[in-house]
Amino acid sequence: MNEWEVFRRERKGQPFEHAGSVVAPDADFAEAWAREQYGRRGESVALWLVPRDQIRDVEDWADEFDLKYRRVDGYSIKARLKEARERAGTAAPGDS
Amino acid sequence: MSAREQQLLAIADDELFLGWRESEWTGIAPMLEEDVAFSSIAQNEIGHARALYQLVVGEDGDADALAFDRPLEEYRCAPLVELHLLDWAHTIARRWLYETADEIRLAALKDDSDRAVAGLAAKIDREETYHRMHAAMWHDRLKDEPRFRDAVEELWPYAVGVLPEELRADLAGRIGLTLPSNSLLQAKERGTHTDELAPMWEEMTEVRRSAPAGAQW
Repeated sequence: MNEWEVFRRERKGQPFEHAGSVVAPDADFAEAWAREQYGRRGESVALWLVPRDQIRDVEDWADEFDLKYRRVDGYSIKARLKEARERAGTAAPGDS
Repeated sequence: MSAREQQLLAIADDELFLGWRESEWTGIAPMLEEDVAFSSIAQNEIGHARALYQLVVGEDGDADALAFDRPLEEYRCAPLVELHLLDWAHTIARRWLYETADEIRLAALKDDSDRAVAGLAAKIDREETYHRMHAAMWHDRLKDEPRFRDAVEELWPYAVGVLPEELRADLAGRIGLTLPSNSLLQAKERGTHTDELAPMWEEMTEVRRSAPAGAQW
């Protein structure tokens, strides 16, 4: 028995999203069971079934030098903007 | 009752009793996923029975009354669907044999000159396509297992009893077995019943019979 990850598309034009998984001995069983678990109630217009062992896991990132400006949450420009505006003598958009 | 009604009732009763029998696996099928799939198929079969009963009684008729209130000897189901099968090999063998037979008789009904009958047969067949996929996948997996082969052989004469004579050769071809002799078919033909029908019907109709006629649910 192998694990299959199931992705479902809720409506035409929408992206596939991870729905869950089924454990099945082969692709045919995986399909039959995924149809029941993830499609029987009209909640999906399409499914993707992906053998779990075909998925490459990526879980670790090295960030030894704390380059936090590269991270989405780590780099605030608010203070620098304020400073630049004062230098230039302009107001922030919206300020009178 | 006309021959046409008898014919539709035979299929409806097959679907109702098989659906009931197979729903007995709900909660105890070999795998959780299969439990859900098998229960869903059982539910579909009962849905087909309902649609067929409704066609027989007409739009305003009482399908439940036809399904549940007949005396036992008027039920037209084949002995195959009555059997209380307690192991998975037999259950899957019956599922595969029944679906193969059902496909043959539905194909004939889809060409019927009565458009209501042909239309319903086509509608039922669209759901059965999925049932056949399910049965074929199990058959492919189990076909070399001695337990499964034995179960198929044991149930084979019962499966033949599902179909009228003119459709049996087709079934034998698809299953890959030769038609059994008349003596082997005894007590397995439609029109006869096994001892298992009565207790099943008692259980199936127990709640309904406990309430006065006309009770609102």
